[in-house]
Amino acid sequence: MTMDTKRKRPARYGMVIDVDRCTGCGACMIACAVENNVPPAQPEATDRTGITWVRVYQIHNGASFPENRTAFVPVMCQQCGHQTPCVSVCPQQAVDVDRETGIVGQMPQRCLGCRYCMAACPYHARYFNWWDPVWPKGMERTLNPAVAPRMRGVVEKCNFCQGRLHAARERAAAAGRAEPKPGEYVPACVEACPTAAITFGDLADENSAAAEQARGGNTFRLLQKLGTEPKVYYRSSRPWVHQVAQQDFGRRKKEEIRG
Amino acid sequence: MKSNGRIWFPAGVLVSLGLGWFGFPAMLYRAEPQPVAFSHKAHTGQKGGMKCEDCHALREDGSFSGIPGIEKCAGCHASAIGSTAAEKRLVDEYVSQNREIPWLVYARQPENVWFSHAAHIKLGKLTCEQCHGEHGKTDTLRPYEEDRISGYSRDVRGNPGGKKMKTCEDCHGRCGVGQQGCLDCHK
Repeated sequence: MTMDTKRKRPARYGMVIDVDRCTGCGACMIACAVENNVPPAQPEATDRTGITWVRVYQIHNGASFPENRTAFVPVMCQQCGHQTPCVSVCPQQAVDVDRETGIVGQMPQRCLGCRYCMAACPYHARYFNWWDPVWPKGMERTLNPAVAPRMRGVVEKCNFCQGRLHAARERAAAAGRAEPKPGEYVPACVEACPTAAITFGDLADENSAAAEQARGGNTFRLLQKLGTEPKVYYRSSRPWVHQVAQQDFGRRKKEEIRG
Repeated sequence: MKSNGRIWFPAGVLVSLGLGWFGFPAMLYRAEPQPVAFSHKAHTGQKGGMKCEDCHALREDGSFSGIPGIEKCAGCHASAIGSTAAEKRLVDEYVSQNREIPWLVYARQPENVWFSHAAHIKLGKLTCEQCHGEHGKTDTLRPYEEDRISGYSRDVRGNPGGKKMKTCEDCHGRCGVGQQGCLDCHK
């Protein structure tokens, strides 16, 4: 028996989200919050100050009836692969790109809360803890032990469910393998999506379903002109979705809002 | 009055050093004895003949069982073995009442640390002793020391002051593994 105890080559975890399949149900947002110990929003939280590692935006083609069309675009950390904006601005080195997985990791314990990364992130995918996390009585027992809760005053974001990667790695190690097999590590949003709109996998592995879809036609990435090379791909057969995806559609929801 | 600097200055240095060396660490940590006088030596030595894995095992999914529950103790200690006071207490207070012993775990990690025994044993091929030293051969459990500020245990590997991220980093650096991202070991 050969034991595959050394990592072969770095992975590039990424996902392809089929916008045509997304119904905007929000199951991914709930699954994400539950998985990653994001507490229920404070009553005074707004679209800008609440925490949603993955956020489903509704986009419109701008036409009037009967040509008006709408679509839903789930946006999480896009895991930028080139000149990752949040990494380059962080004064604390609290963000890094894992060379083994390509995942952009956030270390809340190092974060000083300056929110420079939030200003730098073109996708509005970073969230600040404006309040200490509070869980309703009894709900603290549902916390996921694989993810450490964050404290007030730090920034957090999607990390492709790092806790699940850890668990998958541990199971793989128990079987004598250095890395999980494809399919053994899947983020919560991917698992929760009722229409299977999200395909997750190692983009560096040419045979993975995610890589295959990312290579295929109809794919695009958000704000491609910035050259941040996100590892989150989207696909749609509708040209207007491609166009809107190149606009900063999150801005109205995230920045131009009071409170 | 002529001050005698030749005596007072070295004396002051000595007092300051002494306070820093012995006083401050004592102030920083709170020591607490373990609830039961447990001897690893009695279990692993000639009399017991047990191995580490007999009590501290990897589960099938790779998670680590940690300290065994009271039912493991009850397997042999259902009634007192020997006549020491500690043995009598173990049987009366814990085994016969089927109550878990509230061990103070030296190796408990802070909540934002992810540590996998499976990765170190199965992939790294480390033995227990390489990290835990001769803990399995000790006759008494040393007091548990808790950092008063963070609430964390002081020593994780049998050597006081050993629980620092530096210890992990050094070994990972030497072995060339996993020193890529913070979230390799943090969560």
